Amino acid sequence: MELAGGQSGKRSDAGIAEGEDVVGCTVCDAVYRLPRGMADQSTQCARCGHKLSFGTNTALAWVVSLSATNVVLLFLVVFLPFLELRSGQFGSEASVIDVILGFSSGIMVPLALAVLAFILMLPLSRFVLLIYALGPIALGTTNLPNAARALRWAFALKPWAMAEIFMVGVAVALVKLADLATLAIGPAFWIFALLVVLNALQDTLMCRHTLWTALTCNG
Amino acid sequence: MQRVITARDTGRVICRSCGLVASIGQDRCPRCSARLQSRDTQSQQKVWAWWLVGLIAFIPANLYPMLRTTQNFRTEDSTIIGGVVDLIDHQAYAVAIIVFVASIVIPVGKFIVIAYLAVLTGRAHRTDPHRLLVLHEVVEFIGRWSMIDVFVVAILTALVQFDVLATINPGIAAVCFALSVVFTMLAAQSFDSRQIWDRLEESAHHG
Ligand SMILES: [Zn+2]
Ligand SMILES: [Zn+2]
Repeated sequence: MELAGGQSGKRSDAGIAEGEDVVGCTVCDAVYRLPRGMADQSTQCARCGHKLSFGTNTALAWVVSLSATNVVLLFLVVFLPFLELRSGQFGSEASVIDVILGFSSGIMVPLALAVLAFILMLPLSRFVLLIYALGPIALGTTNLPNAARALRWAFALKPWAMAEIFMVGVAVALVKLADLATLAIGPAFWIFALLVVLNALQDTLMCRHTLWTALTCNG
Repeated sequence: MQRVITARDTGRVICRSCGLVASIGQDRCPRCSARLQSRDTQSQQKVWAWWLVGLIAFIPANLYPMLRTTQNFRTEDSTIIGGVVDLIDHQAYAVAIIVFVASIVIPVGKFIVIAYLAVLTGRAHRTDPHRLLVLHEVVEFIGRWSMIDVFVVAILTALVQFDVLATINPGIAAVCFALSVVFTMLAAQSFDSRQIWDRLEESAHHG
């Protein structure tokens, strides 16, 4: 990896020669020449330390299959009971849908929509966008229309998908309710926990450089 | 240290979304069609605007109740701090610390750090850019965790709907707090990290 200068010479306008990529650091604006072979290794920006490539060239198939698994798990989570609560003869089961409907009146409606978005819709959209953008590459077919836009949104949505934070919220809620009632953890809780782990694994494979290069080269 | 060549030096723009190095003068990235900007000249104003609305929402979030618990015909309101005190009363110290850190320490720390970053990068500085970048990354990574308390309120509301024994309803502070988290996340995202290095170079040239 070397720093890419501006003197274009015989190079094209973007300064790209055969067999190498020009990679920009999105954090500090530094530009590097990255020989094609080196993109399979982990590379870091020399100035700010930002990871330019993760060095995971088999990541793409994994990202797609993990996304598909996560979509299935999310659907299970929504409809299976999440927590069950018993106190004397009273008892209630709450699925994630119930959690959201708990807010469904008056000024709390926007809050209900926000919770719905943060814990379900945004994670779901992210997985669907990734499958849409990268699925055809994994299957060896041509890209679907607007695949690039879909991949851009999949990256942009990352900070707004808060499934793992919801899990900590559940743990805190369990403690707060401990002396009010008897609580049982429903199947959706464990599926959600699995989903959080798979999601974290997927994020370590989301190398911008690899995924964008794959999408561009697929034409 | 070897002088780094930046995209701006060579008349190019790096797409902040996909990392493509594009030639300047293009409005949108040819690869992912994100808007291209060599430097976000308005980032400073955007950061301060989101920071301010975040702070405005944070004040009622702490003054008004997060939860209204009705038990044995008595209604009790509990604020964020009140909820932490309740947890301490129940000897749930670890959880009390989690809630306190997520709902008070992180939001307050975030306001201070974003303001510090915005002030410093607004003018020439000599601060170690790596330190500023680490601060920015920490703020971006940690900010979303403040949502814990909002989710707790949502879960409690859904679970505890016993008509006679107890009911729990969300208070107005839950909405304010959620808005405050969203606004401060937007403030952190509006920050243009490339300017940390620009202003450092400026100070090196002049001094
Ligand atoms: Zn960099
Ligand atoms: Zn782009």
